[in-house]
Amino acid sequence: MAVCIAVIAKENYPLYIRSIPAEHELKFHYTVHTSLDVVDEKVSAMGKALVDQRELYLGLLYPTEDYKVYGYVTNSKVKFVMVVDSSNTALRDNEIRSMFRKLHNSYTDVMCNPFYNPGDRIHSRAFDNMVTSMMVQVC
Amino acid sequence: PALGESFSFLHSSFISSFWGGGRNSLTVLEGMGFRVGQGLAERLPRGALAFREELDTIKFLCRDLWGAVFRKQTDNLRTNHQGTYVLQDNNFPLLTQMAWGQQYLEETPKFLAFTCGLLRGTLSALGIESSVTASVASLPACKFQVVIQKA
Repeated sequence: MAVCIAVIAKENYPLYIRSIPAEHELKFHYTVHTSLDVVDEKVSAMGKALVDQRELYLGLLYPTEDYKVYGYVTNSKVKFVMVVDSSNTALRDNEIRSMFRKLHNSYTDVMCNPFYNPGDRIHSRAFDNMVTSMMVQVC
Repeated sequence: PALGESFSFLHSSFISSFWGGGRNSLTVLEGMGFRVGQGLAERLPRGALAFREELDTIKFLCRDLWGAVFRKQTDNLRTNHQGTYVLQDNNFPLLTQMAWGQQYLEETPKFLAFTCGLLRGTLSALGIESSVTASVASLPACKFQVVIQKA
């Protein structure tokens, strides 16, 4: 269960960002912003390595003492960043991967919506509901 | 097959409904293709960011994009290795319903505008800006020329 989920456009501005609980929103915005550098590093490192298969899932970007930050990048260079509580040790890599897959599928649906202009903030209710299902239940 | 026919019919319907004439309609059609291409670029490449080179991306267009939209692959791909690619389809599904040969050469631009936009949109979403034009020598064979814009 995540505490913060963000979708970042390839030009590095947020298309969607949601965090729980609401009073720490600014802190999470900052965390996500700083993690973008790590994302860029990983993506360019992968580009130089001569691998046939480059993964979309970037893995753990960096751990802080309270949180872990995971990243994922799509083929159109849109990035997903997920912040998870460190104390939640039950969350395994596989589960994070499947959460990102769900995010990607929902994002693809938003993209294919003819009423959505690429580059706008995401207001889709379906997307909201999917993100809600992935976030920590507070009380 | 049924899906292919309904797309073809839908495609010809909106061509005829847009045809007030003039360059504008071609731009509108191309624009529609562009937006669809952006969506397809997100949905199609399942998994790896395997496009290390430009050529890989173009091959993806020839195989996967064509396969998904037209249920076939392009018949030929040529390049001058300097950013220009020509995708050739000898039996283009959106032209097969018209008389073969040269009878309807004049009408072909409006039937190809959407697909040009489709190619341009998919490339754009994958990070490549380009300009795409189409040409027909004899139906139903046609060529799409993709010129990559250098930054």
